[in-house]
Amino acid sequence: MNEQHTTKAFDGDLQDLARMVAEMGGLAEKQVADSVDALAKRDSALAQRVTQADLMIDTLQHEIEEKAVLTIARRQPMAVDLREIVGALRLANDLERIGDLAKNIAKRVIALNDEFPPARLIRGVEHMTDLVLSQMKLVLDAYARRDVTKAMAVWRGDEEIDAVCTSVFRELLTYMMEDPRNITFCIHLMFCAKNIERMGDHATNIAETVHYVIEGRPIADPRPKGDTTTIAALIGGER
Amino acid sequence: MNSVASFTVPTVTREQVTADGLYKKIDVSNLDFFYGDHRALKTINVSLYQGRVTAFIGPSGCGKSTLLRILNRMYDLYPNQRATGDVMLDGENILSPSQDINLLRAKVGMVFQKPTPFPMTIYENIAFGIRLYEKLPKSELDDRVKHALERAALWNEVKDKLGANGQSLSGGQQQRLCIARTVAVRPEVILFDEPCSALDPISTAKIEELIDELKDDYTIAIVTHNMQQAARVSDFTAFMYLGELIEYGETTKIFTTPNDRRTQDYITGRFG
Repeated sequence: MNEQHTTKAFDGDLQDLARMVAEMGGLAEKQVADSVDALAKRDSALAQRVTQADLMIDTLQHEIEEKAVLTIARRQPMAVDLREIVGALRLANDLERIGDLAKNIAKRVIALNDEFPPARLIRGVEHMTDLVLSQMKLVLDAYARRDVTKAMAVWRGDEEIDAVCTSVFRELLTYMMEDPRNITFCIHLMFCAKNIERMGDHATNIAETVHYVIEGRPIADPRPKGDTTTIAALIGGER
Repeated sequence: MNSVASFTVPTVTREQVTADGLYKKIDVSNLDFFYGDHRALKTINVSLYQGRVTAFIGPSGCGKSTLLRILNRMYDLYPNQRATGDVMLDGENILSPSQDINLLRAKVGMVFQKPTPFPMTIYENIAFGIRLYEKLPKSELDDRVKHALERAALWNEVKDKLGANGQSLSGGQQQRLCIARTVAVRPEVILFDEPCSALDPISTAKIEELIDELKDDYTIAIVTHNMQQAARVSDFTAFMYLGELIEYGETTKIFTTPNDRRTQDYITGRFG
């Protein structure tokens, strides 16, 4: 969008929205990194801060919603402008969910206080987090630059996170079978892994939204899926 | 003589019906229009479908009203104006010199920007037009006037004062009176040239509702500067710019994902 609106304030409204979404994205990224950091370092204080910081993300989401509704009411946007606004609303939703998932991990860290899962298992979760964070960074970049190629790369790249999640599940499963005392923290870790996998899904949602904002239509191809955690890993990993 | 009833039944050829079963009531092809030496329309190709509303949008001076004025040969009233190309109405070229202008204007009615009631009673405003084309007994004429006022959603407001002067009505009512007058002579096509630009929002909503009700029975074209109105009332939209038809397609497509950059810039308020 190089050309400006005749009404300059409309450009200002759209820029404000994009800026707020970018800010929310930055906060969400930080929350994800901090929550898993707290898990790896057994840092309850950091986990506590993560649960509190989630409020900022929620507040931003409300502000974006208000701003979007007001802009629609005031400007009656059409075509690409309307998609911009709808896109901002959707992104805000996905980012808010990512924030919630990070908060959930932080809560589990606090609950896990006295138990120490083996570092090996946490490394799997950390690896997933690295993948998700790079996906988030890429997709927020795609949004900021309106880069459909980058968005499509994120959309296709979710498979790897799903695959790592499946392998973490298998590992945790064997650990639980070895000794029932491992079950509590393994379940918590499993949920952490699942949370991170869900964040990946939200990153793909965002990629889809970015594609929609730019192209005006949803992505046509079926999405690649590598997640078999819910079925195969629990039944016995045959499929 | 009942000339309205004696319209020839059009023969429908295959080209006039689209794949979706829509009937091309009016088919404009390679239309050029000149005001003296100035070429105001450049090779226009567009179709108006029966039972559908087609909106024409574009900045001032783009030629949309000119195009509308060609569809009932209004330009004939002025010297030095001429149109070339084909405008087929039911397969007959209305630009041909042998076209009966009065018959054409009975078939193709027009509603203007400013309400133009005649300085006579509400009843006479409508009966006047009918009498031009048909000789009806009083009771039948009364029915036709009532029916036209009902179609224009005005009957309930004026039924007790049909003898009042048409110009005593409010702006919105006057515009609906004009629509009733147009509908009364049983046209097949109705052209609206910015019908709501002089009306308040409530009257505008009533006219839009009316267009929605009328479209099942007529072929409707509307010129409007109000983009939201075009998006609300029309099925097809044509965007015109500097005498050219830039983009034409389904309204849902034009207002969400237009193909042409100029269309997008116009509908999103980036120029014009």
